[in-house]
Amino acid sequence: MIPQDIRTSPVCKLSVGEEIRGKWNHSRYRVRRRLGYGATGAVYLADSDHGVVALKIGHDQMSITSEVNVLKRFSKVQGKVLGPSLIEVDDWLKGKVTYPFYAMEYLKGETLFEFLRNKSTEWAGILLVQLLTDLHTLHQAGWAFGDLKPDNLLVTGPPYRIRWIDVGGTTIMDRSIKEYTEFFDRGYWGKGSRKAEPSYDLFSAGMVMINLAYPSRFTKGNNPDRQLQEKIAASPMLKPYGALLEKAWNGKYRYAEEMRNELVLLLNANVNNQTPQKLNNSVHKPPSRQAQKKKKGSFLVETSLVFMFVFIVYLFYMLGQTM
Amino acid sequence: MRNKGTLRQILLITDGCSNQGEDPVAMAALAHEQGIAVNVIGVLNENAPEYHRQGLKEVEDIAMAGGGISQVVYTKQLAQTVKMVTQKAMAQTIKGVVNAELQQILGSKSTMEDLPPDKRGEVMEVVDEMGETMNLEVLVLIDASGSMEDKMLTVQESLLDLSISLNSRIGDNEFSIFAFPGKKKEVEELLSWSSKMDSIGKIFSKITLGGITPTGPAIKEGIAAFSRKRSAKRSFLSSDTPGYTNESGM
Ligand SMILES: Nc1ncnc2c1ncn2[C@@H]1O[C@H](COP(=O)(O)OP(=O)(O)O)[C@@H](O)[C@H]1O
Repeated sequence: MIPQDIRTSPVCKLSVGEEIRGKWNHSRYRVRRRLGYGATGAVYLADSDHGVVALKIGHDQMSITSEVNVLKRFSKVQGKVLGPSLIEVDDWLKGKVTYPFYAMEYLKGETLFEFLRNKSTEWAGILLVQLLTDLHTLHQAGWAFGDLKPDNLLVTGPPYRIRWIDVGGTTIMDRSIKEYTEFFDRGYWGKGSRKAEPSYDLFSAGMVMINLAYPSRFTKGNNPDRQLQEKIAASPMLKPYGALLEKAWNGKYRYAEEMRNELVLLLNANVNNQTPQKLNNSVHKPPSRQAQKKKKGSFLVETSLVFMFVFIVYLFYMLGQTM
Repeated sequence: MRNKGTLRQILLITDGCSNQGEDPVAMAALAHEQGIAVNVIGVLNENAPEYHRQGLKEVEDIAMAGGGISQVVYTKQLAQTVKMVTQKAMAQTIKGVVNAELQQILGSKSTMEDLPPDKRGEVMEVVDEMGETMNLEVLVLIDASGSMEDKMLTVQESLLDLSISLNSRIGDNEFSIFAFPGKKKEVEELLSWSSKMDSIGKIFSKITLGGITPTGPAIKEGIAAFSRKRSAKRSFLSSDTPGYTNESGM
């Protein structure tokens, strides 16, 4: 067996307009285009009786069944949409071979990197707040996400919301993490076990932030602790989050909520510090820079609105907790 | 079915063809008969493609006869592959057990694939749970022939990383490591059954690389190590599913 390459598998070679039919439920799906592929299969955008769906076709019964199990559980976590909702599970018969597949909600959005390219830097913090909110819900339901990384996240909207797409690593608490990626794995960095627990995901969440500042990632050096400190210090984007990132790195947060609340406070504080300063600057600016000032002003309004919104959501959240 | 059984796996890491002693494919078949799955990782050498093509065929044949999994990789991907192969091998063995159970319950030649998608989920949960809770015995056979020299550090790191993953499971793990050829013998024990691989650095420094590749004798020695362990535990083999023995009985 030469290293198996998913790209050569028939599941990766469906052509535009091709129709596949489920063996059990007989639903039809017409392929629009391929959205992507990963270790366990390929994902297509397809039309069906259920409307537009994302169709994941795999070659390994077990991994597809595992993913379906997780998606089913997600739909039971009350009042919260975690991951895409599951629509239908079936098999596709191609020749003599059976390929398992499932249809799920199609999430239209951008990758984290695409999204942040033309947004101000606070957005990274806000997305992390959203991510931690969802992680808290997931952890409360008894699961860890496992393979947390930008590739498995998508920003939908407006209103902008971070969503996770690939649930293959989601693991029942206290078991061993099913799937992970080195850069985001605390085991790789020598910072702990691969047991599914909140602190495992929080470590990865911190690394997602670091990956945003270092898109090409980096490999482990001789002293990972020092390496992390240096990477944070060298990045203006990460610096404000330094203390928080180090706590996540060292497994100091026991719950996602703890990290989330600290982050919200931090984001609020940053806004408070910056607002008067920026206003003063613009007041004293010569008229020739009017246009620039205007731009800055609307940006400020936008930012404060976002933070007010985050704060209000946070209030509701706290109210919800006390009820 | 929830009885705690033990999964027995040999993990052979090699970069070429065997050239001494028993036929490794035959030895793998023998292991398979005794409930031990033989998995093989072939480490590629970019410099010697011709020599390696033969080696690769053997890698595949050994795993097939041993009821295990094989994978050929470049040194760089070794850590990932060691874990992937071990986990897949465990899952495959467990799936074999579950499928055998299914046939008993459903009375026909049913496998997981024949079940409607709705029912598969439940079976998968059982498979997951078994993978997590069963005891695991992994015997690692390391090819210490001269051409492996530049790969040894990576092999060591890969095994350490594997132990982090396996020790995060709920079930117990035991590891044992052999090198072939050894200093004085064809096959030398480097680590006898232990739940930790922390001391692995010291072990690796003991390896002296030799010229021959006695893969067959190494597998044979691996089988012996398993049976010594079994007799120490005073249990005996009862299952015909390779790589799995149900210790507490049904
Ligand atoms: N529900 C979805 N909506 C939109 N795009 C999706 C959806 N699910 C997957 N994708 C796209 O398909 C790609 C591969 O899917 P993924 O589930 O990550 O595969 P794998 O688990 O095999 O790595 C993703 O990176 C993403 O771009």
